[in-house]
Amino acid sequence: MNETPKPNTFRSGPDEDGRFGIYGGRFVAETLMPLILDLENEWEKAKKDPEFQAELKALGKHYIGRPSPLYYAERLTEHLGGAKIYFKREELNHTGSHKINNCIGQILLAKRMGKTRIIAETGAGQHGVASATVAARFGFPCVVYMGATDVERQAPNVFRMKLLGAEVKPVTSGHGTLKDAMNEALRDWVTNVDDTYYLIGTAAGPHPYPELVRDFQAVIGQETREQILEAEGKLPDMVIAAVGGGSNAIGIFHPFLDDEGVQIVGVEAGGKGLSGEEHCASITAGAPGVLHGNRTYLLQDRDGQIKEGHSISAGLDYPGIGPEHSWLADSGRAEYVPIMDDEALEAFQLLTKLEGIIPALEPAHAIAEVIKRAPKMRKDQVIVMNLSGRGDKDIFTVGKILGMGLGENA
Amino acid sequence: MTERMEKRFAALKAEGRPALVTYFMGGDPDFDTSLAIMKALPGAGADVIELGMPFSDPMADGPAIQLAGQRALAGGQTLEKTLDMARRFRESDQDTPIVMMGYYNPIYVYGVDRFLQTALEAGIDGLIVVDLPAEMDDELCVPALEKGINFIRLATPTTDEKRLPKVLENTSGFVYYVSMNGITGSALPDPSLIGGAVARIKKHTELPVCVGFGVKTAEHARLIGANADGVVVGTAIVAQVAGSLNAKGEATADTVESVVTFVRGLASGVKAARMAAAE
Ligand SMILES: Cc1ncc(COP(=O)(O)O)c(C=O)c1O
Repeated sequence: MNETPKPNTFRSGPDEDGRFGIYGGRFVAETLMPLILDLENEWEKAKKDPEFQAELKALGKHYIGRPSPLYYAERLTEHLGGAKIYFKREELNHTGSHKINNCIGQILLAKRMGKTRIIAETGAGQHGVASATVAARFGFPCVVYMGATDVERQAPNVFRMKLLGAEVKPVTSGHGTLKDAMNEALRDWVTNVDDTYYLIGTAAGPHPYPELVRDFQAVIGQETREQILEAEGKLPDMVIAAVGGGSNAIGIFHPFLDDEGVQIVGVEAGGKGLSGEEHCASITAGAPGVLHGNRTYLLQDRDGQIKEGHSISAGLDYPGIGPEHSWLADSGRAEYVPIMDDEALEAFQLLTKLEGIIPALEPAHAIAEVIKRAPKMRKDQVIVMNLSGRGDKDIFTVGKILGMGLGENA
Repeated sequence: MTERMEKRFAALKAEGRPALVTYFMGGDPDFDTSLAIMKALPGAGADVIELGMPFSDPMADGPAIQLAGQRALAGGQTLEKTLDMARRFRESDQDTPIVMMGYYNPIYVYGVDRFLQTALEAGIDGLIVVDLPAEMDDELCVPALEKGINFIRLATPTTDEKRLPKVLENTSGFVYYVSMNGITGSALPDPSLIGGAVARIKKHTELPVCVGFGVKTAEHARLIGANADGVVVGTAIVAQVAGSLNAKGEATADTVESVVTFVRGLASGVKAARMAAAE
């Protein structure tokens, strides 16, 4: 880890250049530079505009279904025999994951800016579905770039996006996963600068995206804080979330960053193990570098070529991570740990059987970490975990691995 | 600053014609073939060489240059080898300016100071780093200028009057005007619009202005060169390499020759540019 001095607050970033310590920044082609400056301007105005905030809040309540419940997982807690476990139920949101929080926010920005076309990248398809959904709701044409590999393993979401009227463009360059989809979305944006809004799906990319995505997702942590105080009369001892690009994690972490007693744990995809090439643990096993507009921890070789990660979950299959997480890791405020494919798969099944909740494979990684930690904690301690999405999209993948035939498309 | 660039543009000005700036991908499809291409470029009529540094995620490039980078990386090319290629070229050519072009991450990981020192020793005259806009000048631009290596910035149609001074502030060597909003390899926009854009930039700078993106034929080179100090050709050259490979993607006896023949054609276009303008 790189050493950084301990700041007075962990909640003031980024600075005016979009930096969190050495991370973040604006590493984009000149063609895009005026566009991200425009976006930054508009975002500064929108943040302070009561009408914008009111519209966001109303849509959050009536369209997304906020606040999402904070649920005490009684049977899992009993089963593990340690800390009390709560889930922040983002999987109950409209479209089935936290991704919609960010999409509603950004589509309102796009509308304010007078843009007429939406592009997005997607891995698991959850962000693609959420983007297609808000595009339908606000009457925008929408193009979603999705790695060809992911198109195959997330077929239900592809169909959903098409139903919603979006055009799904499979990306075959590279390994056909999220990183390649993001490259292709950037190529589209650089070509269609006048009318197009790029709706990035995670807390990464050039400034101001990491900040604005975080702020749209921070509603998760704000609600959690109120809800846990009401339920337990105190803050949690630990907050855990899965980290792909890092949007659901930073959303629940951010409001707790200055609460010293709250331990913060991000869970990266350990894939088939960190000793080989098949994982996506950017912080645990990567090094700082520059990709997709920001400096952050990346999986890369000694020549600075970006590696293709691997994870059982398409949504974690990204060789980078949002810059704020890199900074939180270096500063020691948050801890990042890997969970392997098979551990996530077991957690997926356990939660389904014990709590009657089928989680997405992404938060299944966070559940696996809860399973490791809770038994070692006291019964009066509390863990809150972000259950970022539901698993309907993953049942075919899981069925295939478990050898449960689900028909031709399984 | 290394002097080759300034000398070359001064000589071309005296000659009354625009520069032919040729891009190729270092290491495509293998080191030796690529070095042979580089060595043959000046003889074929290239005035300035852009040496492409392959990167796994070339966000501003179209399919042709993406594939060229993949071939180079598959062939074992690294930043170290690209620098070595320049050094080997310099053994027999002291005059042709070399500009390394690519993305920041391989340079960042190599180490900025170490990279600049090695580049200077290898005979590099300038850098074009696509993902380092003016806002990121402290990263590489300022250290490069301090070392005496030109930092050539891209100006684009989205670079408006207000922004142009900021973009030009730390630019040296020449200004690279990107003819369109888009990626490399796209279709050439109306050449008549480009003259106006070049004139707009020239109001703000004394530096030569070269135009690239979409220039694919001698005729394009002639039309664009009529109103610019230089014409940059990349995708079309890389396509010559791709077209000459065998089924396994390996170089053939034709590879170097097809690039040379093509560049000769472009050079004739560039030479005709000012005559056309004078008509
Ligand atoms: C349910 C769910 N959780 C988590 C993620 C990972 O993204 P992030 O790290 O931005 O939350 C995804 C991405 O697709 C997702 O669908």
